[in-house]
Amino acid sequence: MSFGFFLEQALNGLQLGVMLFLMAAGLTLVFGVMGLINLAHGSLFMIGAFLCAYVTEQSGSFWIGLGGALGGTALVGAAIEIVVMRRLYDRDHLDQVLATFSLILIFSEGMRWIFGARPLYLNTPPLLSGAVPLPNGGGYPVFRLAIIAIGIIVAIGLYQLIARSRLGMQIRAGEADREMIGALGVDINRLYTIVFAIGAMLAGLAGAMVGALQSVEVGMGEPVLIMAFVVIVIGGIGSIRGALAGAVLVGVFDTFARAFIPLLFASLFPPAEAKAIGGALASMSIYVLMAGVLVWRPQGLFPADA
Amino acid sequence: MRDLLDDHWQTLLALVLLAGFALSEAAGGGSFYISLSTRVAILAIAGIGLNIALGYGGMVSFGHAAFFGLGGYAAGVAVHHAFEGSNFLDGPIAVSGSGELLTGLVAAGVTGLAAALFIGVFSLRTSGIYFIMITLAFAQMLYYFAISFPTYGGEDGLPLYSRATLLGLDLSGDMTYFTVCYLVLVTAVILSALITGSRFGAVLNGLRENETRMIAIGFHPFRYRLTAFMVSAAMTAVAGALYVHLDGFVSPSNMSWHRSGDLIVIVILGGVARTPGPIFGAAALIAMETVLGDFTERWQFFLGLVLLGIVLFARGGLSGLLDRAAAALGLGPLGKQPDSEKDRARDRRQPGEVRDA
Repeated sequence: MSFGFFLEQALNGLQLGVMLFLMAAGLTLVFGVMGLINLAHGSLFMIGAFLCAYVTEQSGSFWIGLGGALGGTALVGAAIEIVVMRRLYDRDHLDQVLATFSLILIFSEGMRWIFGARPLYLNTPPLLSGAVPLPNGGGYPVFRLAIIAIGIIVAIGLYQLIARSRLGMQIRAGEADREMIGALGVDINRLYTIVFAIGAMLAGLAGAMVGALQSVEVGMGEPVLIMAFVVIVIGGIGSIRGALAGAVLVGVFDTFARAFIPLLFASLFPPAEAKAIGGALASMSIYVLMAGVLVWRPQGLFPADA
Repeated sequence: MRDLLDDHWQTLLALVLLAGFALSEAAGGGSFYISLSTRVAILAIAGIGLNIALGYGGMVSFGHAAFFGLGGYAAGVAVHHAFEGSNFLDGPIAVSGSGELLTGLVAAGVTGLAAALFIGVFSLRTSGIYFIMITLAFAQMLYYFAISFPTYGGEDGLPLYSRATLLGLDLSGDMTYFTVCYLVLVTAVILSALITGSRFGAVLNGLRENETRMIAIGFHPFRYRLTAFMVSAAMTAVAGALYVHLDGFVSPSNMSWHRSGDLIVIVILGGVARTPGPIFGAAALIAMETVLGDFTERWQFFLGLVLLGIVLFARGGLSGLLDRAAAALGLGPLGKQPDSEKDRARDRRQPGEVRDA
């Protein structure tokens, strides 16, 4: 196995990790501040991809499409918060699960209704197409590198927002004691709407970028959502730092498992069986990782209250 | 007898209605509503199983589709090998297939117990929102394994060419199969009532309401919860086995998280921690799917809207609604089921709280 192949897989893992971070950050923020479990976060990912593909097709520019996706998902997020989520903060998790599960049905079927059953396709923008040469003679797509870069920028920006800005101060205060900051004159409803819209926008950003790598279709958000859950469980709920660490860990682990477990099995078993068993085991790898972390630290790697 | 009526009038009503519905279709010579009733009975069994964990035990499992699907695979694989005449396991201990329904149901139950032991040991280290996400993640793990493991059809599923027989009895008739599923449902209802009425059920209820006190008086939460989780899973797995024989097809989609969502919908729609709840819930879900499906091909959209409206504005489920109706009609003692509204308020935990196992 060459160094180039290894490097390529490492970059793929990092890119997956960055994308998972965008999803997990929104989920964990909403949970940390509002105590809400949002299954419909994957739908926001899907909506971001659809909006980006549609607006890009209409306007001819990926960048306008990306802007449309960000603005659109933030608006949809704010609307969901005002119409539905606001009524769920005092309810138990069971009601939240059922309500957000209903939202998934509504959004999935709604997207199919608006855009039809056929998948949409989104091309990478000309500025970011092309490839960077790798040591093994192959090339690595610039667009994937750009995703990594954007993810890192967002992570830094989010950290600055939460640790340094006035809004971030209110968010942290809201996590600690929501009644107290309400008493101190912060409009808690507005704060919740903003936090939810930020989370939705991050999911929309992830969806828009991934939409250029794969086909844009209904249901594309669900596998990502479940991986983001694994990320949060590993990282610790409510912790942005945990979401980042968990996302990179899960992204790299999953990519390596998918690349190397079948190779490993190929050297032990006949090819057909190796492919079947290796592939099946590789798809289970991150859940085994999650189980391992749970045994070691049931509260995740970076518990929010530590 | 009077006590039985007071405590279980809703359950009896639900069972009588379901049987009556199937029988009236049979009398008219049709079959569509019989198979619909069979589906209701089977999903109700799965819901009763989930209700033990989710309702009485306070463990919100979003991964019960794993047990439903595994039960289906266990039963389907047994019949598949019997049809092919091949062995499930070769080697020193050979295990052959079996065309007997009882074998399939036992295999499903045991598979459910084993899977729940594995999943429960890890996920019961946590509670609340963690528990929801972890059970979902483990269910997805098994789902991805099922679709990428090709021996039993992988993503395409496994068609079954013959329905199992019951002690030599041919089950291919719609009414025969409905009767079998109905009897299993009655068994499940009785089991569920016995469990929740027992000392074990009382401990489970106590753990849900106040864990600290239960520990203080000497109970070990983990053991009770794990046992309840396993019983719950086994019941759901048996339902999965019956479902596979109804469709004649083992589908990995029975393990997908949409199925877990359906099962939760059934429990909540009917009324959480109420014995008859899942029967009403299953009937309501199937009825909505059928009616909306006739009306528009976008039925999922409208189903979502209806469900959303129910969560936001109607609480206590259909069973709670019936109680209130009975009380309003002055049928005093008939309306004395536990107030799930209050139970659930007490059950509300702080977000992110993690329980020591």
